[in-house]
Amino acid sequence: MHYLPWIIVLGGGAFFALVLSGLGQDAAFSAHWGIIAVVLGLGAIILMRRPEPAAVAAPVSRSDAPTYIDGPIRAGSILTVFWGCVGFLVGLVIALQLAWPDLNLEPWFNFGRMRPLHTSAVVFAFGGTALITTSFYVVQRTCRAPMISENLAWFVFWGYQLFIVMAATGYLLGITQSREYAEPEWYVDLWLTIVWVAYLILFLGTLIKRKEPHIYVANWFYLAFIVTIALLHVVNNLAMPVSLLGSKSYSLFSGVQDALTQWWYGHNAVGFFLTAGFLGMMYYFMPKQAERPVYSYRLSIIHFWALIFLYIWAGPHHLHYTALPDWAQTLGMVFSIMLWMPSWGGMINGLMTLRGAWDKVRTDPIIRMMVIAIAFYGMSTFEGPVMSIKSVNGLSHYTDWTIGHVHSGALGWVGMISFAAVYFMVPRLWGRRQLYSPRMVNWHFWLATTGIVIYAAVMWVSGIMQGLMWREYDDQGFLVYSFAETVAALHPYYIARAFGGLLYLAGGLVMAFNIWMTIRGRVRDERPIPTTALQPAE
Amino acid sequence: MDILGKHGVIERNATLLLTLSLVVVCIGGIVEVAPLFYFQNTIEKVEGMRPYTPLELAGRDIYIREGCYTCHSQMIRPFRDETERYGHYSLAAESMYDHSFQWGSKRTGPDLARVGGRYSDEWHVEHLTNPQSLVPESIMPKYGFLAETDLDTNNTMASLKANVAVGVPYSEDAVANAQRDLVAQATPGADTSGLIERYNNVRAEDFDGDPKRITEMDALVAYLQMLGTLVDFTTYDAQANFR
Repeated sequence: MHYLPWIIVLGGGAFFALVLSGLGQDAAFSAHWGIIAVVLGLGAIILMRRPEPAAVAAPVSRSDAPTYIDGPIRAGSILTVFWGCVGFLVGLVIALQLAWPDLNLEPWFNFGRMRPLHTSAVVFAFGGTALITTSFYVVQRTCRAPMISENLAWFVFWGYQLFIVMAATGYLLGITQSREYAEPEWYVDLWLTIVWVAYLILFLGTLIKRKEPHIYVANWFYLAFIVTIALLHVVNNLAMPVSLLGSKSYSLFSGVQDALTQWWYGHNAVGFFLTAGFLGMMYYFMPKQAERPVYSYRLSIIHFWALIFLYIWAGPHHLHYTALPDWAQTLGMVFSIMLWMPSWGGMINGLMTLRGAWDKVRTDPIIRMMVIAIAFYGMSTFEGPVMSIKSVNGLSHYTDWTIGHVHSGALGWVGMISFAAVYFMVPRLWGRRQLYSPRMVNWHFWLATTGIVIYAAVMWVSGIMQGLMWREYDDQGFLVYSFAETVAALHPYYIARAFGGLLYLAGGLVMAFNIWMTIRGRVRDERPIPTTALQPAE
Repeated sequence: MDILGKHGVIERNATLLLTLSLVVVCIGGIVEVAPLFYFQNTIEKVEGMRPYTPLELAGRDIYIREGCYTCHSQMIRPFRDETERYGHYSLAAESMYDHSFQWGSKRTGPDLARVGGRYSDEWHVEHLTNPQSLVPESIMPKYGFLAETDLDTNNTMASLKANVAVGVPYSEDAVANAQRDLVAQATPGADTSGLIERYNNVRAEDFDGDPKRITEMDALVAYLQMLGTLVDFTTYDAQANFR
């Protein structure tokens, strides 16, 4: 019984969850653990029904390459695509809810519960699974060593997926700490802490037993991401549960200290989760796909240390003109502006990796995707420092401009670089000579890019417009617009934004089909993308 | 550029890379976040702030549960248009008992920091049940189920105890009487002498228009009706609290 230990763990977990469900001190807690029990029970049943892996199924290793642990990476590639589509779909739904409020279905599918579902599905489910999956892929190949333990890798992988399911179902039940991007309640946070420590051990252990003398630059970023997220997660989620059998807790901090702790966390969830980790992705997959070395080793050193040092300070720019003391706001603003430099250092290092191979942007849709990802990275890391300037922030804060900014980073940078990495990995992981359809990668590229451009442009207009309407005075010194009038003015923009999101989701579905057919070993009958060399000018 | 040449030492030692990364990311947090916890002037000196009554606290829990913070801020910035629209700019002291803070980051709906006392209880109940009936342009979801749902009071005392554990100064008396205070605040004609003694500036009434039961609507409206009403701005000295 190959899976027996796992079946026992899952079955035991399901039983434990059922007991907690029965003992729960509030209805949400009981319902939540009931759902967790069902999920774990289903996991156990699926494993029981799985055929035993054949003893001879061990992959044949070529003498020159070590055998890598690719099982969790294959599962992770599929789930990255799946969670991406789920996250985009929920995003589209809540965008439509803002345009037509009748689409809210009380109580479980009201905007207030769906919005954390969307952000967590995209950031933690899609982004987090992409990060774990690619980090497993990259660390083994750049260390030329398998991960230290296959069981630990599977634990990290499925443990993280369980965290996602617990977080997502909790939001719909109304279980939330109200801390943006850290909404899961105390017991879900404890579980993530366990999984994350296991992830750190796995990653660091693999680095330590590497066969390469140097640790490759991509791994610096992955390591900094893992260890910093551990620190941020633990500190920001310090809380006192009302009952050990209840879903509610109260943050250890209050008011102004709580706000800065949360945004120290929140901004660095962007900085380390959505930036450093994905830069690790860029530093591996960009040179591999372009078949060129990274542009500058020295720039990568400066870029890495400057980025991780400066990012941590930027949190207070989320609290400009609030009751946070001015000295902290100003400090946050200054560091946010400085952050522009290492960010663009990274952008230059990524883009210049293509020197001498710029023609690939025309011929290779995966390279094109990487280039647009880095371009959006550059754009949003310029926009961010601009918005952190207090006088700009006075206008942009509380408006859709912020939402547009986040999405040009998330859809443009995080999404595109992850798609490119998945397109790169899947044929190699399943031993396929090529993707099912390179042309569909191209379709995905244009759907997604058009979607982002519409989204970001619409949010700029609606955000700046609403910000200006709020502060508009007539010549008698009265406020011109009531709040409700500014809401009504946004209606057409909210429809246009949803259309941008729809295009992006459509691109995701095209990818899902393409990946699925690639895994099945199909090749689409299509005209190849022309790769003719350019004729020298005469 | 010898210093970059020496970087190879770090690249060959995973533990060193880990340790140095951790040290580098800790500096910002220590210099920027930690001082807020011991600088005396972080929170202004004001009169009138008190912990939430048990009913208001339960309402606040519902406010958090429903994700109201995703669309409503509770932080008025010191701009002319905001102070005219919403009232006096928010002070740090006004959220000193907020675990977690509810400052928010987006105003899809208006700021609620001083919504207390601006509308009647009936307005709030009707607005929460069907926002578009009062504000046709509103894109707020409906929350009519709150009026149908009895407030869960099993954890009332435990909630106050958890707040005491994180530093909210509820007296022993307040914790012991948590359940009684909750019922008294939402029941018309109840004996509110203990409640009023323990919590200054408190509104006790039937918030949801249904005197027979205490619903989640009672609690949420009680919370909304006290928002921003506690600090006595006639005695607040802005110059003395300049930070």
